[in-house]
Amino acid sequence: MTSAASAGSPVDGILATASIVLSLVLAVWALVAAVRHRAPDRVQFVGLVVLEAALVALAVVAMIAIGGGERPGEPGAFFGYLVTLVCLPALAWVLARMEPTRWGSAIVCAVCLVTPVVVVRLQQTWEALGG
Amino acid sequence: MAETRAPERATNRGPGRLLIAIYILFAIAATSRAGLQIATKFDEAPVAYLLSAVAALIYIVAAVGLARAGHAGRRLALACCSVELVGVIAVGILSLADKALFPDETVWSQFGSGYGYIPLVLPMLGLFWLWRTRHDPA
Repeated sequence: MTSAASAGSPVDGILATASIVLSLVLAVWALVAAVRHRAPDRVQFVGLVVLEAALVALAVVAMIAIGGGERPGEPGAFFGYLVTLVCLPALAWVLARMEPTRWGSAIVCAVCLVTPVVVVRLQQTWEALGG
Repeated sequence: MAETRAPERATNRGPGRLLIAIYILFAIAATSRAGLQIATKFDEAPVAYLLSAVAALIYIVAAVGLARAGHAGRRLALACCSVELVGVIAVGILSLADKALFPDETVWSQFGSGYGYIPLVLPMLGLFWLWRTRHDPA
């Protein structure tokens, strides 16, 4: 049951892994910028856009799977995490634009550290190993 | 606290903006958690779920207070951070002492260990930031 569920999970593929890796790389990049008193640079903003695109693609893949009759283990939590996830890079973008100082980079870093956690929680709510 | 006429530094710039960002993240986390728990299984642990809802509300109001800056905003943020600190410590102790009281996890259970203890650190950072910005250095 568990192995079958994990094999068929639409949020446990290359897109999810790529999102996690990209998010962590971006977090490190932003942290270095913050430590060096640098405002968010082009790399951070482009990185946020790419991350957003990857997460939207992940959401689309999940919706297609649900459209095809598959169901997440905990639907309420799953959709909550999915909506939150898609909003995260956008939130970082807006706040970083408002704060063109090292603290803008710190915001990008913080949000990019939270994003992988939400991706993992998303995967867990699809599989729903108990409550 | 005596009224001081010295101008206060804005709480919504620089590090304050990072603090607001973290408060927004926790507001989202606590609101969705509480909303889901109250909507789907309120009868299982009403105290824990109502507490999650209160925590969510406090995170939202604290973020608004910090973002609005100004005198009223500061007082709002001060009240929220204080309640938050007392809450996370009280719930942390109670959840360790009497597990039956909080049968399900809340944001503040075990001092927020499920959230990397950030719920415990966040109000301290908030109070520190309010204290740091009490005078305008300029």
